[in-house]
Amino acid sequence: MKARIWGARGSLPVALTHKQIRTKLLAALEGAIGRDLDTAEKIAGYVDDLPFELRGTYGGNSSCVEVEAWDTDAIHEHIILDLGSGVRALAGAKLARYGPGKPQTYHVLMSHLHWDHIMGFPFFTPAYIPGNRIIIYGCHEELETAFRRQQEPISFPVAFHQLGANIEFVQIEPGVPTQIRDVTVTAKLQLHAGDSYGYRLEKNGKALIYSTDSEHKLDNAAERVAFVDFFRDADLVIFDAMYSLADSISVKADWGHSSNVVGVELCQLAGVRQLCLFHHEPIYDDAQISRVLAETRRYAEITGEAPLDIVSAYDGMEITL
Amino acid sequence: MELQPTQEGSTVVLKPSGRIDHTHADAFKLALDPHLADCRKDGASLVIDFSNVSYISSIGLRALMVAIKQVKAQGGRMVLAALQPLVLEVFTISRFDMLFEIFPDRAAALAAVGSAS
Repeated sequence: MKARIWGARGSLPVALTHKQIRTKLLAALEGAIGRDLDTAEKIAGYVDDLPFELRGTYGGNSSCVEVEAWDTDAIHEHIILDLGSGVRALAGAKLARYGPGKPQTYHVLMSHLHWDHIMGFPFFTPAYIPGNRIIIYGCHEELETAFRRQQEPISFPVAFHQLGANIEFVQIEPGVPTQIRDVTVTAKLQLHAGDSYGYRLEKNGKALIYSTDSEHKLDNAAERVAFVDFFRDADLVIFDAMYSLADSISVKADWGHSSNVVGVELCQLAGVRQLCLFHHEPIYDDAQISRVLAETRRYAEITGEAPLDIVSAYDGMEITL
Repeated sequence: MELQPTQEGSTVVLKPSGRIDHTHADAFKLALDPHLADCRKDGASLVIDFSNVSYISSIGLRALMVAIKQVKAQGGRMVLAALQPLVLEVFTISRFDMLFEIFPDRAAALAAVGSAS
C-alpha cells in the first residue's frame, strides 16, 4: 500500500504569503554566497540539500489522503480519505493520467462531515463526468445530507443532482470490517464535535491508520487502551497533531484535536512503525511545522520506548508501507 | 508516591522522584492533591523540586496542569525547580514551559516565592 497526501492542513486551507516566499528566497540565496554555483547541476544540488522548510512547503490544502492499494493502471479504482480542498489536485492528477474517457471508481472514506473535510468535493471534476462511480462511505447518518447541502444554491452554483457521475452513499458501522476489493477497512469512533471516525486499512499484513480530528482525554485510561488496540502494530499512523500538548489540554481542550506528544505515546505503546503528523495548524508556517517535527522526533527518543519513525505530512508526500 | 514535603519559611517544598508516566501519574496526583488546598492567597506557596524526576509523560503533565489551575483559582503560587535536562526538554516540546514558572534550582525558586533562607 502507498499513502499519498493531497491535503495536510487542518481546519482551513492556507497559502504561502509573498513575505514568506521572500524570506525563503533570502535565506537560500544568502546560504549560496561563496559556493561557486556556476552550473544548473550545482544549483539543483544546492537547492535539494536545503532544509525542507526552505526548499519546499508543507502545503495548505485541507484533509485529503489517497491510498493506493493495487495497480491503478490495471484496476481503475481508487481509495480516498476525506474530501478536503486537496482533492481538487487529486482530481487533476487522475484526469491527466487516465483522461475523461476511462471511467474510474472512487471509494471515499469520510472521517466526518465538517466543512474542511468536504469542501473539495464540488471541485472534484470526476464527479461531473458520466461513467465515473463515486462511493462515499461513512458512519454519520447525515452523510448524504452534508454533501447535498453544501451544493444548495445559497452556497454553490452547481447543484448536487446536476453532477454526472454515479454517486452512492454507504453507511458503515464502527468496529464492523468493510471490504473495498482486497482492503479491509474498520472504522473507530473518535472524540470530536459531532463525532469523527478513524479508519484502519489492512491488506497483505500491512496496516495504515487514518486518525484525524480526534481528541484524546489523558485521564481516560479505557480510551487510551482502545486506541492502542486500534493502532496495534500498524505500519503507518496518520495522526491529528494540530496542537501542542499544553494547548490541547488547556485553552483548546474540547476543540477536538490532539498533539504530537500524544501521537508519539500512543504509537509507541501500540508498536507502530511510522507516525505521520497531520492536520497542521493553519497559523503555523513551514519553519514552525519543521520545528514541531524535530521536537516530536526528539520526544520519541526521550520516552525511552520503542523506536518510532516520524514524518510530517506535506501536500504531495508519498509514503510506501 | 512519596513527595518528601519540607517547610522552607512560608513555603512548602515537594520532591517527587522517578518517572511520572502512565504507571505513576495517578500516584503523583494523589500525593500532590493534599498540598494544593493550602496554596492560596496569603497561604503557603508550593515549590516542586524536580531534581529526582527522570521523565514525565503527558499524563504527568496533565496532573501538574490540573494542580496549577486549582492553585491559580485560589490566588496561590506554585512553581517548579531543578528540572533535569531531559525533563526540561519535555516541558519545552509540550509547551508546558509556557504554563509554569520554572527555576534552575530550589534556591532560585524559593527566592522567587519569597522564602529564601
